[in-house]
Amino acid sequence: MRQAEDDPIILLVSRSLSPFIMLFGIYVIFHGHYSPGGGFQGGAMLAAAFILIRLTSGIRIAQLQLKSTLAGPLGALGVLIFFGTGLAAMLAGGNFLDYRFLPLAGFEGAELRAFGILIIEIGVGLAVMAILTTIYDNLLEDQNDA
Amino acid sequence: MKWINFLLLAVFLALMLYAASGLPGRADAAAPFNRDLSPAGTPNAASYYIHNSYKDARTPNMVTVVLVDYRGYDTLGEVAVIFTAGLICYLILSRPRKNNETG
Repeated sequence: MRQAEDDPIILLVSRSLSPFIMLFGIYVIFHGHYSPGGGFQGGAMLAAAFILIRLTSGIRIAQLQLKSTLAGPLGALGVLIFFGTGLAAMLAGGNFLDYRFLPLAGFEGAELRAFGILIIEIGVGLAVMAILTTIYDNLLEDQNDA
Repeated sequence: MKWINFLLLAVFLALMLYAASGLPGRADAAAPFNRDLSPAGTPNAASYYIHNSYKDARTPNMVTVVLVDYRGYDTLGEVAVIFTAGLICYLILSRPRKNNETG
C-alpha cells in the first residue's frame, strides 16, 4: 500500500499548517476571557495540530513532536493543575475553587478571580490536548507495530 | 414495516415543532428565564450572572465566568470525565508488554 509519507505535497502542507493551528489554539485558550473560546476548544485545536502531523508524517516522526508516553502524564498534569488550584484556594482559607483566596501576591479580589480562571483554562487545555492525542495514539498502536 | 418508522419520526418532528413554536423569544424580557425573579419568587441565577459577572471576576466573557468560576465544580467533573475516557482507552487498547506474551 502507498504510504502517506511518500507524498511531498501532503507533508509540506501539513507541516506548514500545524504550527498555525497550534498558535490559534493557544490564542483561543488565552483569549477565553474576551471572546468565545476557552480550555476545551483550544485544547481540541492543539490536539488537531498534533493529530494532523500524526496522520500525515506517520507515528514515528510524530514522536519528535509529542511523545506518546508523554501525552498521558501531560493530561494528568492538566487535571492536577485544575484540582490543585481549587485545593490551594481551599487551603488558603476559602471554599474549594474559590479563586479569591489563591495565595498569589500582587492580585486582589476580582482580578485574582480572573487570574484563577486563566490558570484553570490552561489546565483544561493541557488535559484536553494530551488526552485526545493519547486516545488517537492508543487507537492506532496495533497497526504501526505489525 | 419501514414506513412505520418514518411515520413515527414525522409525528415526533411535528410534536417538536409544535412545542418549539410555543417557546418565548430569546430577547423577550418578559419571558420567565429573563426576569429578575423566578416564577416561585426567588432571585433568578441568570440575572445575577448578567449583573455581577464582570464585577466579580473582571472578565468580559460571561460564559467563561459561569463555566469556570461560578460553576467551576461542574467543569472539574467534565475534565475528570475526559481524563477517565483517556485512561480507559489506554487500559483497553494499549498493547500488552512483550515479555508478558511469552509467559
